[in-house]
Amino acid sequence: MTDVAISAPSPAASADRERLSAIGFALPSFLILACVFALPLALLLGVSVIGPDGLTLTHYRRLLGTPYYLGVIWNSLRLGLLTTLITFAVSYPASFALARARGAVRSILLATLFLPLAASVIVKAFAWTILLRSDGVVNQFLMAIGVIEDPIRMIFTETALVVGSVNIFLPFMILPIFAVVAQLDPRLPEAAATLGASPLVTFFRVIVPLTLPGIIAGVALVFSLSVSAYVVPTLLIGEKYPTLSTTIAKAYLLAREPGFGAAAGVVLLAIAILVVALSARLAREQA
Amino acid sequence: MLTRLAILFAWVAAIGLALFLVAPLIVIAAASFSPTPVFDLPIGGGSLRWYARIARLDGFWPSLSLSLEIAFLSTAISLVCGTLAAIAIARGKLPGAGTFATALVSPLMMPGLVLGIALLQYFRAIGFTATWSTLLVAHLIVTLPYVARTMIAGLARFDFTLVEAARTLGCTYPGGILRVMVPALAPSFLIAGLFSFLASFDNYPVSIFLADVRTKTLPIRMLQYIEEAPDPTLAALSTLILLGTIVLLVASDRLVGLHRMAGTAD
Repeated sequence: MTDVAISAPSPAASADRERLSAIGFALPSFLILACVFALPLALLLGVSVIGPDGLTLTHYRRLLGTPYYLGVIWNSLRLGLLTTLITFAVSYPASFALARARGAVRSILLATLFLPLAASVIVKAFAWTILLRSDGVVNQFLMAIGVIEDPIRMIFTETALVVGSVNIFLPFMILPIFAVVAQLDPRLPEAAATLGASPLVTFFRVIVPLTLPGIIAGVALVFSLSVSAYVVPTLLIGEKYPTLSTTIAKAYLLAREPGFGAAAGVVLLAIAILVVALSARLAREQA
Repeated sequence: MLTRLAILFAWVAAIGLALFLVAPLIVIAAASFSPTPVFDLPIGGGSLRWYARIARLDGFWPSLSLSLEIAFLSTAISLVCGTLAAIAIARGKLPGAGTFATALVSPLMMPGLVLGIALLQYFRAIGFTATWSTLLVAHLIVTLPYVARTMIAGLARFDFTLVEAARTLGCTYPGGILRVMVPALAPSFLIAGLFSFLASFDNYPVSIFLADVRTKTLPIRMLQYIEEAPDPTLAALSTLILLGTIVLLVASDRLVGLHRMAGTAD
């Protein structure tokens, strides 16, 4: 395209050439996506339905037909739902304060979001094991202020799991919501008030619909991340709370049951795809 | 009145959230100076001995250099491929550009562990078993979505006619790219590189299935230390990793500003 002005090719030929160069630019990424993402996932689907004597649904029947594994799936969903609900409940109001903050306050608040986001998940999960130990900081604090007399067991409980999970995935909820809230026109509530709307009506009829794209993005991201979390349940609750992720890891690393592990992987993948598809659809309906 | 209460509530939520987010980071830094082998807070005198012990952790140096190599190389390759793809998407001449953009970002939302077992099966099936190379190739799909997301967002705001304008004013085409496009995109490029590097350096769920006994990345090694014998040495190591992250973040903030990262996190 460097000699367009000199050789003046026909418009059709130049459009073809631009399309070709665009395809050339996209090709390396396309190849990575095809060879290191799409093909492996397709193979995984294959492994999950192929047994010693041809096609089989044994692995899925074991996964979806036994109460134990239904409980495992529910554990994953429950962790995802609780984490999403709590992170949303805190992030939504907080993002309005963040959007109003100016100067040093805003910088400090943003730093408290980015540092944990950039910090290693293993480091953070490990920190919670220290915080929640029976001789840990939280217990010492609660005893010091007299809320409890003896240390209570927190680590390896569902509370520990949810607290850690909320802590690790919070930034993924607040950032997309903040990005939308920060763009709200501050004159909108005034305009609504001028037109006679009460603050509550303004909130539910004006603010919430306008911030919905950020909410959808945050909810989809946090749910898909927390439903498949592995490090958090491993360090904060362990064997007591088997999830799809820990089941997959066990099937591959300990039990050597790749077919069953693959089937569990496909179920987890299906949950993730469902969330992505649903959020994309909701986002489109919004637009 | 109601509005004031709402604003107060929002501030309480924001401050509570900020404290809650930094609490584990502060605690781990404090515990790394513990004077005793349990995680005591260094009230009335700390100790630096745990830092001296990091170097003696079993297999620490090979794991650190492996993680750095994989993170650097996968980030470099993803930056080149992802930026080229983002340019193709932004110029609007690519057939199916919208779908391709969605597909490029989609691995971010996929469970890492599932990707890990899928890659394990796949590499075995095609006979690709050199651990170091499989880790590098696998980390491309970990890092590429971060680059693609940030660069697509960055390029969406870039006006390509500026390059043409530079040429009209006497720049060569490469000169126009270099003097107009590169400076305009440098912030996005830097942020893409930062997040991609951190994503690779911290990755556990994909690496765990590809590592072998002698080739273990740092996160795998750390989880192993934590499960075997957690002592303040790990808090010291975690604190050093945190410090490294802070240095990277502060440097990026000085160069391009943190607020840009918030804008790209959608």
